Amino acid sequence: MSALDTLAAALASGQVRVVDLTHTLDPDFPVIILPPEFGQCARFRMEEISAYDHRGPAWKWHNISMSEHTGTHFDAPSHWVSGRDVALGAVDEIPPERFIGPVCVIDCAAEATEDEDFLLQPAHIAAWEATHGRIPAGAWVLMRTDWSKRRGAAYLNMREDGPHSPGPSPEAVRLLVEDRDIIGFGTETVGTDAGQAAHLSPPYPAHYILHGAGRYGLQCLANLDQLPPTGAVLMAAPLKIKGGTGSPLRVLAMVEGA
Amino acid sequence: MTDALRPPPKKDPQKRTVTPTLPPTMRSRAALGLSAAAAEGRFALQSCAECGAVQYPPRDACSRCLSTGLRWRDVDPGGTLLAETTIHTTVDVYFRERMPWRTGSVQLDAGPVVIAHVHGDVTTRGRVRMWNLLDRAGQAVLVAMPEGRTPHMEDDPQLREMTADPKHRRILIADARNPNAPALARALKDAGAAMLIAGEAEGWRPYPHRDALAALGVDLQPMDVTDTASVKKLAGEYGGKTDILINNARFMRPGGVLARGDTAFARDEIEVNYLGLMRLAQAFGPGMCARAQDGVNSAAAWVNILTVEALSNDPAYGCFNASNAAALSLSQSLRAEFRGAGLRVMNVLTGPTEDDWYQPLPPPKVGHAALARSVVEGLQRGLEDVYCGDVAKDLVERFRRDPKVLERERTGGTA
Repeated sequence: MSALDTLAAALASGQVRVVDLTHTLDPDFPVIILPPEFGQCARFRMEEISAYDHRGPAWKWHNISMSEHTGTHFDAPSHWVSGRDVALGAVDEIPPERFIGPVCVIDCAAEATEDEDFLLQPAHIAAWEATHGRIPAGAWVLMRTDWSKRRGAAYLNMREDGPHSPGPSPEAVRLLVEDRDIIGFGTETVGTDAGQAAHLSPPYPAHYILHGAGRYGLQCLANLDQLPPTGAVLMAAPLKIKGGTGSPLRVLAMVEGA
Repeated sequence: MTDALRPPPKKDPQKRTVTPTLPPTMRSRAALGLSAAAAEGRFALQSCAECGAVQYPPRDACSRCLSTGLRWRDVDPGGTLLAETTIHTTVDVYFRERMPWRTGSVQLDAGPVVIAHVHGDVTTRGRVRMWNLLDRAGQAVLVAMPEGRTPHMEDDPQLREMTADPKHRRILIADARNPNAPALARALKDAGAAMLIAGEAEGWRPYPHRDALAALGVDLQPMDVTDTASVKKLAGEYGGKTDILINNARFMRPGGVLARGDTAFARDEIEVNYLGLMRLAQAFGPGMCARAQDGVNSAAAWVNILTVEALSNDPAYGCFNASNAAALSLSQSLRAEFRGAGLRVMNVLTGPTEDDWYQPLPPPKVGHAALARSVVEGLQRGLEDVYCGDVAKDLVERFRRDPKVLERERTGGTA
């Protein structure tokens, strides 16, 4: 049996399960909020074209609109100024094999519950590796915080001094990109960076370092609590938007075991 | 003395909702000048440019000298009730449902004798003050009012037919996030509104006056005028008890066409200011039209809050003003579409308001309380066009004098 035959059989038997890491594209799902004089992220919107009625008797369909960075979405290198000149930096240029890879899940749920501004540090990564082994090159690293279980205003957690949510420290991102050679980094929050990351150096370190090095981001992920620390395979293929800096997408993980 | 209007009982679910009927609509072209004045709450009559005679009813030539130079001019609204009668029976469908009805003749201080509807508190041969009001059909009618205030005078059943008084009515404010929402809620509550609902967009991000709205007893319900499904959902739940809808949703950013070099904010302005109005109207309009004759708390009015610069653009806010011009035009269509039901569309046009985006402009600016006062007074007088604040009043006057001159004045045509 070929590797794919084996995989197909494992999927059919339930030995390999598919976990959906995606939030529903919902008009009321939070998006990132910038100072109002800046351009803003468009919310997801859906307008009926027809619904089995006078506008089209036998069919229902919608026009949809949104930003590249609405809902559960993929960040390409060209999203950030540091990645503007990176080769193959737009979603339509990225080689498709980069969209599938092994995934390491670092569980920071307890820390994020304790401290809403929790920053993932190299020490946390070292501790994780002591248990689960070294993060392999070409892996996706996802930061589990259980933030996806928050609803309403608690998700952005916006206050007068800005949003408060967990994310990686500049040192942790540098370690993952430069020493571990990861393919991308994903979070359950509205961005790959912490809510207060504008005040770090460099500001928005996950965006700056990941994209500057041609790596990818995933954010607004869900169901990370259903993934094992290692051993799952992530599939995160953005829409093939010409020159696109990102894309809403369906993020799936294949997980072994019942 | 007028009996105080009592809160209506809960609706009998076995009773059919009455189909709205209208008073006679036919008017001469000349008479529409009276309706135009009534739309703004002015008492105006034709006066002859040649001999000065004040005319009534409206006509095409002077009744004294046959000059065709008749101009609409605000005149003294004072008068004396000459004769009166109370009608108890008629074949007219509209009035038949509203009998008895008091009418009379009034000797105006300005000259003519007019036939008018007569308020219940006017005494026999008493002094009156004429109000020029729009009836349910949107046409001007003259109402003889008591000269001074009388208790509960706004509750007179004939007068309430002509107005959209908030008293005992249930009111939806479209955008809770707009900083003017608490002032609107307070003014409407003070005017006797029975229930206040406000549409709250994006409950997932905070805004400063949420607690103030809650303290005023405003029922916050999820709705975003750019999200069709959310508008339909709220209309599904509350459309049948929306008597007055106040569309205060507004998106604005400064700048004209070349300021940003993209269409992103302009699109948001169209989405909120123009398509938002359309979504609200498509979702709430039909139900409100069906309930325009539903007793004390019938559906009565639709209010849009727009910038007066919809009439004549100022490039400092060029794209925003253009979106409001589109909304103003749409409101005229909506007004015509609602007219068959007797539902009123009132546009409140303001100058720059006390909003973040007008912050660099010098005063005078329209404060939230002043805007709210204009909204309530407009509803109490059943107006269609309200110009709120000195800037708006000045601009509309210049617009009427010469729109092209005004355009040049506002876009750099003067030194």
